[in-house]
Amino acid sequence: MSEQPTETRTPPQVPVIHARGLTRCYGDRAVVDGIDLDIARGEVFGLLGPNGAGKTTTILMMLGLTEISSGEMSVLGFNPAREPLKVKRRVGYLPDAVGFYDQLTATENLAYTGKLMGLARAERARRIEQALWRAGLTEVASKRVATFSRGMRQRLGLAEIIMKRAEIAVLDEPTSGLDPQATQEFLGMIGELKAEGITVLLSSHMLDQVQRICDRVSLFRAGHIVLMGAVPELAVKVLGAGFVVEVEAEGLGLARRLAMIPGVTHVETLSVNRFRMTAERDVRPDAARAVVAVDGSLRRLSVDEPSLEAIYTRYFQDLPAGGARHAA
Amino acid sequence: MRREGSPFQGMSTVFVKELADHISSVRMLMLQLLIVFTALAALYEAINSLRQNTAEDPFLLLRLFTIDQAPLPSFVAILGFLIPLMAIGLGFDAVNGEHNRRTLSRILAQPIYRDALLMGKFLAALATIGISLAALWLLVIGLGLIFLGVPPGSEEVARSLVFLVVAIFYAGVWLSLAMLLSTVFRSAATAALVSLGIWLFLTILWPMLAPALAQVVAPPDPRYALLGLNDPATTVWAQELLRLSPNDLFEEAMLAVLSPTTRSLGPVFLDQLRGAVIGAPLPFGESVMLAWPQTVGLIAGTIILFVFSYVLFQRQEVRA
Ligand SMILES: Nc1ncnc2c1ncn2[C@@H]1O[C@H](COP(=O)(O)OP(=O)(O)OP(=O)(O)O)[C@@H](O)[C@H]1O
Ligand SMILES: [Mg+2]
Repeated sequence: MSEQPTETRTPPQVPVIHARGLTRCYGDRAVVDGIDLDIARGEVFGLLGPNGAGKTTTILMMLGLTEISSGEMSVLGFNPAREPLKVKRRVGYLPDAVGFYDQLTATENLAYTGKLMGLARAERARRIEQALWRAGLTEVASKRVATFSRGMRQRLGLAEIIMKRAEIAVLDEPTSGLDPQATQEFLGMIGELKAEGITVLLSSHMLDQVQRICDRVSLFRAGHIVLMGAVPELAVKVLGAGFVVEVEAEGLGLARRLAMIPGVTHVETLSVNRFRMTAERDVRPDAARAVVAVDGSLRRLSVDEPSLEAIYTRYFQDLPAGGARHAA
Repeated sequence: MRREGSPFQGMSTVFVKELADHISSVRMLMLQLLIVFTALAALYEAINSLRQNTAEDPFLLLRLFTIDQAPLPSFVAILGFLIPLMAIGLGFDAVNGEHNRRTLSRILAQPIYRDALLMGKFLAALATIGISLAALWLLVIGLGLIFLGVPPGSEEVARSLVFLVVAIFYAGVWLSLAMLLSTVFRSAATAALVSLGIWLFLTILWPMLAPALAQVVAPPDPRYALLGLNDPATTVWAQELLRLSPNDLFEEAMLAVLSPTTRSLGPVFLDQLRGAVIGAPLPFGESVMLAWPQTVGLIAGTIILFVFSYVLFQRQEVRA
C-alpha cells in the first residue's frame, strides 16, 4: 500500500506521461496507431479530434483499463500495464459517461471509492467533506444521487478526483451536456486543479473551452496525432500565421507601410482606414509605430489570437474529402 | 508477467458494499418472502403429519425437512427449487449492472484489480443467501422445538448443518451461472431471461427428458420389460444424465444426509431405498461420505462457471 514518497514524484524535467509508438489494435484495425506523447507536470493538455479518433482508447491505455498492443508508455514513471495499481492510485479519472450508484447518497458514493482507494476512515471523512465543498455539492451531500442533474454528477466525479488527491486528472469530455453556466463553473474548477500543480489531461469537442484552458493540445485523427503544440504554434503551422491584428487609423499610404513590417504576411483593406493584418507574431507595437510614422491618428488597434476552431476547421478542410471522417 | 500488488485488494470493500445493497434491497426482500412463505407451508404440513404419526422416530427433526405431504413437496424439495431463483435474482445483473449504470470504469480506475470486484460480488451474494438459509434453518429448528416438543439430538443438528452447507454450495452453482450470464450479456433483462430459462429447463424439463434420452442411448432389453422390471443399463444412464443437473446433485446429497437410512445413492437402488425401512440408519460420517461426490460436483460446477466469468470479465472492455 505505502510506497516511499520519493517513488511517487518524478523529477520535474521528466514528463509525467510518456508514450512512444503507443498502439492499440482491435482485430487487425489499429484504433490508436503509434502515437508519441510527452506531457509535463502541471500542464493542462487537450485531446481533440473527431469521434472515433482514438482519444478515449488512449486514455484507457494510460490507466491500464485496456490492453496496450504495442509501444511503450509510462505514467508517473510506472508502466500502466504492469503496475496498474500504482498508476491508478495516483491518477484520477472522470469517464465520458460517468455513473454513480443511484440509491446511495453523494457522500456514500465517495465513501465507497474512498475505501477502494484505501483511505482510513477519519481521513476519508475529512477528504470527502472537503472535496464536496470544493465541488459545490455540500448542500446535496446527503441526497441520493438519483436526484442529481448531469452537471451535479460531473461535479461529483470531479469531487472524487479531488478526494483522491490525484497527481494527474484525466477528464474525458467533462463538459459535454452541461449548460453554459455549469460549463463555466466546471472550467473554473479545472483551473483550480491546475493552480494546485495537478496535471490535467482533457478530451473535448468544445474547441473554445479547450483553447481557453489548455497549455497544449493534440489533434487526433484516425489513431494518429496529427498536430500537437500550443495553439499559437499550431496556428502558424495550419493557418500560416498566428495573429490577426486590426488597425483603424488615418494616414497616407498606411496599407503599404503596414505590409512592410517584418513578420506580416498579408494586409487586407477592410474599408477606408480599416486594415486587417495577418502576422506570425503580435505586431501591434510595430503597427502603432507605422501609424505614427505616416503622421496618422490611431483609433483602434486590436489583436485576435487565432481560434482553435479556425485551425481545426482549416485542418480538416484541407484534407481530401472524406478523410476527416475516416475513423468515425 | 507478475502483477504488482494483491488481486484481492479492495475485495472486502466491495463485499461489504454489495452485502449491504443486497440486504436492503427490495428484490431480496421479495425473494425472502417467497421462500419463507412457501417453506412455512411445507413445514406446516410436515408438522401436522408428524404429530399424527405417533411412532417413535429417532430423527424426528430431520423428517421435518424431508417429509412430503401431497400436494406440497417437502421443505428440501422446495428449497431445491427456490434456491436457484434466489441466486439468479442476486447475480443476473452483477456485471452488466455496473456497465449499465456506467460505474464500472470509475470503479476500476481505483487501485483495485477486476478480480476483487468479481470475487467481492460473488462472495457478497453468496453470504446473503447463506444468511437467509441460516435464518430458515433456525426457523425449522425452532418450529420443531415448539410443535414437536423434542429437543434435537446432536447428530440431527450436525446433519441439518451439513444440509445448510450443501445448500450454500448449491446456491453457488446458480450464482456463478447467473454472474457468467451477466458478464456475457450486456442487457440485464437478457441475462435474467436466459438464467431463468436454464433454471426451468434443469428443474422441470430435464427430469422428464433424462429418462427419455436414456431410452434412446441405451434401449431397454425387452426381457426386463416382460418381467416388469427396468433395465439396469437404462436406469444407470437415466441417473447419470440426471446428475448433469445441479438440482439432482442437491437432492441426492440431501437424501443421503437427511434420511439416515439411505445406504446408497447408486442409480439402481435409489428408488427402492427412498423411505424404505430396511436396516438401521447409517452413521453420520458415512452419510456424509455418501453425499460427498455430489457435494464435490456442486463445488466443481461453481468453480468452473466462476472461472469462465472471470476470464471473460478480465478480457472485457470497460467502456460502455
Ligand atoms: N471494443 C471495441 N472493439 C472494436 N473497436 C472498438 C472498440 N472500442 C472502440 N472501438 C473503436 O475504436 C475507435 C476509437 O474509439 P475511441 O472511443 O477511442 O474514440 P474517441 O476519440 O474517444 O471518440 P469520441 O470523440 O466519440 O469519444 C472507434 O472507431 C471505435 O469504433
Ligand atoms: Mg471518447
